[in-house]
Amino acid sequence: MLIDSLVALSPEIMLSIYSMVVVMVGVFSKTKSMDVSLLWLSCLMFCFISLIIALTEPSDIYAFNGAFKLDGFSQFFKIVILLSSGLILAMSKDYLSRYNLLNFEYSALICLSVVGMMIMVSASNLMAVYLGLELQSLSLYVIAAFRRDSLKSTEAGLKYFVLGALSSGLFLYGASLVYGFTGTTGFEEISGVILDEGLSTGVLFGLIFILGGMAFKVSAVPFHMWTPDVYEGSPTPVTTFFAIVPKLAAIAMLARLLFVPFGNAISEWQQILVFLSISSMLIGSIAAIGQSNIKRLMAYSSISHIGFALIGLTVGSSEGLSAVIIYMFIYVIANFGVFAFILNMQRDGVSVTDISSLSLYSRVNSIRAFCLSLIILSLAGLPPLVGFFGKVFIFKAAINSGFVPLVIVGGLSSVIGAFYYLRMVYLIYFGEVSDRLGGSMPFINQVVLTTSAIAVTLGSINLFGIQGFVSVISTTFLG
Amino acid sequence: MVITVLFLPLLGAIIAGFFHPIFGEKMVKFFASSCVFVGAILSWTIFLVTDFSTVEKIHLFNWISSGHLNVAWAIRLDALTSIMLVVVCSVSFLVHLYSFGYMKADHNWKQSEKYEARFFSYLSFFTFAMLALITSDNFLQMFFGWEGVGVASYLLIGFYYKKPSANAAAIKAFVVNRIGDFGFILGIFCVFISTGSLYFDDLFVQAESLADETIQFVGFKLNTIELIAVLLFIGAMGKSAQLFLHTWLPDAMEGPTPVSALIHAATMVTAGVFLVCRMSPVMEFAPSASAAVTVIGASTALFAASVGLVQNDIKRIIAYSTCSQLGYMFAAAGVGFYQAAMFHLFTHAFFKALLFLGAGSVIHGMHHEQDIRAFGGLRKKLPVTFVLMLVGTLAITGVGIPLSYDLFHYSIGFSGFLSKDAIIEGAYAANSSSGLFAFWALIIAALFTSFYSWRLIFLTFYGEFRGKNDDFLNAHEPETTMLLPLLILAIGSIFSGMIFYNSFVGSEANDFFHDAIFNHQNNYILKDFHYVPAWVKILPFFAMLLGFFLAFNFYVMNTKAASKLAAQHFGLYQFLYNKWFFDELFQLLIVKPVLKIADIFWRWGDERFIDGFINRLSLVVIPKLTSFYARLQSGFLFHYAFGMIIGTTLIITWFSFP
Repeated sequence: MLIDSLVALSPEIMLSIYSMVVVMVGVFSKTKSMDVSLLWLSCLMFCFISLIIALTEPSDIYAFNGAFKLDGFSQFFKIVILLSSGLILAMSKDYLSRYNLLNFEYSALICLSVVGMMIMVSASNLMAVYLGLELQSLSLYVIAAFRRDSLKSTEAGLKYFVLGALSSGLFLYGASLVYGFTGTTGFEEISGVILDEGLSTGVLFGLIFILGGMAFKVSAVPFHMWTPDVYEGSPTPVTTFFAIVPKLAAIAMLARLLFVPFGNAISEWQQILVFLSISSMLIGSIAAIGQSNIKRLMAYSSISHIGFALIGLTVGSSEGLSAVIIYMFIYVIANFGVFAFILNMQRDGVSVTDISSLSLYSRVNSIRAFCLSLIILSLAGLPPLVGFFGKVFIFKAAINSGFVPLVIVGGLSSVIGAFYYLRMVYLIYFGEVSDRLGGSMPFINQVVLTTSAIAVTLGSINLFGIQGFVSVISTTFLG
Repeated sequence: MVITVLFLPLLGAIIAGFFHPIFGEKMVKFFASSCVFVGAILSWTIFLVTDFSTVEKIHLFNWISSGHLNVAWAIRLDALTSIMLVVVCSVSFLVHLYSFGYMKADHNWKQSEKYEARFFSYLSFFTFAMLALITSDNFLQMFFGWEGVGVASYLLIGFYYKKPSANAAAIKAFVVNRIGDFGFILGIFCVFISTGSLYFDDLFVQAESLADETIQFVGFKLNTIELIAVLLFIGAMGKSAQLFLHTWLPDAMEGPTPVSALIHAATMVTAGVFLVCRMSPVMEFAPSASAAVTVIGASTALFAASVGLVQNDIKRIIAYSTCSQLGYMFAAAGVGFYQAAMFHLFTHAFFKALLFLGAGSVIHGMHHEQDIRAFGGLRKKLPVTFVLMLVGTLAITGVGIPLSYDLFHYSIGFSGFLSKDAIIEGAYAANSSSGLFAFWALIIAALFTSFYSWRLIFLTFYGEFRGKNDDFLNAHEPETTMLLPLLILAIGSIFSGMIFYNSFVGSEANDFFHDAIFNHQNNYILKDFHYVPAWVKILPFFAMLLGFFLAFNFYVMNTKAASKLAAQHFGLYQFLYNKWFFDELFQLLIVKPVLKIADIFWRWGDERFIDGFINRLSLVVIPKLTSFYARLQSGFLFHYAFGMIIGTTLIITWFSFP
């Protein structure tokens, strides 16, 4: 039994051991070159582990007495999380070494948070969820403040930590309420109790608090206020990581939480999600207009995108779930492109993050400017780029389940949101003459930027071919 | 084969339109013209070789499939299609050829400007759209072609887009056509509602039963088949410039002359006639609609001919003549004599294109002077053009040997004589009140036709030259590429009637058309028109002669008499000269009120309401919200924590009130 569980969780275990090895090697070697090698090694490790996961036949396996469930859904998310983390490590190397931040701790912390996220994705018990959540969060608190000499970075780390602690508190309170009223922490068991006894007020309140904690993780309004400050203050590679990977893990975990233990309380959590998604979409779009810092802007952009993804979850059907997965996938691809660019926004070796510094970038490097514009337009959801189809799938799922008002708000907020996306494109091509950005860009970032641009353009032909696969995952996930 | 005919011009249009910077103007002109040339050769082959005992349908691809609406792109090849193929491709090719010379060194453009490739591209595109229209198997594809030719016509009328008058004429043509198209599209809707399909065949099969059904239309209960027929005819009226929707055609002469010959004489304007003939299974069951077609057609023939009597612009005279001849065709179709309508369409294409291109030669030779009052005595300067235009005039006025069919059992005469007389005799043979009205109207129109045609010839080619002397000295025959099309058309104008008389309206008509044209079992017009009284057969001939002598008297013998007569009947002259004041009437009754309403919608509806709302929302409300939000995002940790707590509290409160 134990052996089976260990085998099933071997990727997580391997990664945990690996991260400890990183710490040990890093502590004892003390050379800069070792830090660099550890970073590349971690990239390789991520790829290797994702390969292992990818090669495992997808089957519904429970490990550690039902604390973890390994299915196609968790497999898919784990692979995306691992590969994204690896890519982000590779992309951030140049930035980190420029600011003298390339320490082994960075790799180790990323590895640990990835372990946490892998646990989150497959957790099937409130305790396991909390374990993963905290492992992930604690690592993230530290890397948010990774640039210790920067006031902003420290502030970001501290804010994130305090508010994160509050959200953990909310989550724990909710979890204990649920445990108190159902007598169990296992997902399947909770679901059984709700089916048998109905949704008691205690469990309902527990659900609300749990969702509050989770909304913090996906940065849904009104649990989002940390996002812009942390995105702005953290070193850009960390922001990149924040914008992409924890979002994926949190959405996956949220989906499992909603559909498995509270699958029999759909009508209740739908009301909460409607509130969260509407306010996220609107505030994300409206607030983004006022931003002058591109990292803050991307923070609001992510808030608004999460609002759209939440529509898909609200729908509560397998169509909605697969729309969410596709939407997040597209979101990740576009964000990679944008952050590959932001990581390299610099003037005379100093990083800049003003939106206005994009002015006339098209004259610095027309190809990159075009790629970036395509990606931004895809984020705005302009047809025929793939971002448009992401929204279409979400809206279609919502309409098919009768959530028309949600779609109307979504449409409105994407119109509002289009303003600030278009303004960026406007600046790139028609901005005022000012000090332009520097022209150099590391090879890997160039590759990511171009690939992302090609993907958002060509992806609309067949959505990277994942559509059928995703719908299989989500149907089996919902049983 | 027919697929090649259909798509070659499109290829030509694309190459000429988009690739002329690569291949050069000369090359693309040549390419586009040879595409149409191949099309013309193939369509003559189809016309002469194929026997159309069965309707050939070629499925190309599925176009729209949505619910009950299934439309494919398909070609319907029967006698009607084939006649139109021949007309469109041949005239189009000749016009392409003619344009080589005519469009060279156009004075409307500067030396450095390139415009020829654009012109040829439009011409080829027009040809494609027209072919799509005539080969269509269903209403939607036909509508595609219908609108396509509309666009091409718009582009070509406004070809000299630097001239305000050309732009105005282009817009006028488009807008007036929209009214017709609105009727057409309503007709298509009606067809879809009542048959559930857009295919011709489905409608034709159900036509008889639909004659007994009614349909609710703007509050009235109307006979379905009559309504469909009338609505489709309104579409035809717009395209074919019939009375009330005719005003765009004379103005369309702002376009280059080859365009007038191709689009506004031989092909596009006959699309309406083609539509009515194509719909013969519908029209046959809609007697009231048919009567309306007859009356409108005959009235147009008379009206346009009367206006043509006094016009001075050489192209406008021919334009009114076209309008009038189209009226003949509709009158024939209205009395159930679709064969004669198609016959006249066929012959008219030759002689009208000939007249237009001849007029183009005159205009070309006279340095773009178009006023016939400034011409005179040109037969010495332009002998070839003169002879060829004379042939055209003999054809349109209807010169031939009356009663030749009865005497020799073979009709002898210029093409216009045979087809026009068939129509007039058919109108009489129809033996209905509308037919009789049409008969007399058409006889008078024939008189007028003869008069204005000869007037044009006499004023242009006879007498003393009345323009600037330099013009006369410099007047010259055009080059061979321009004369060759004229020659071919002249041959067609002389012989096409005699060669094809039997196929179209004679003894072989039924074997020629087969199912393409449907005649109700009580419709014997195809036989009856041979047996009308002799005076009916001779009357048009005398009308023609009378017109000739009047014109001869006024413009050759007694040149002062015309202006004296005009002065005596000043009111009548002004009435005719101002085209029965149709334009002024429309301006007063329709254009001005519509402009007023549009102005209200624009200022209040659009500027104040829609723009005002959107602008206020995006310039005032959203920025306010943004700055309000910026204050919330204060940067203080306790505010953020407060936000989270408030959020949770809100949700809990929501659930606390069931």
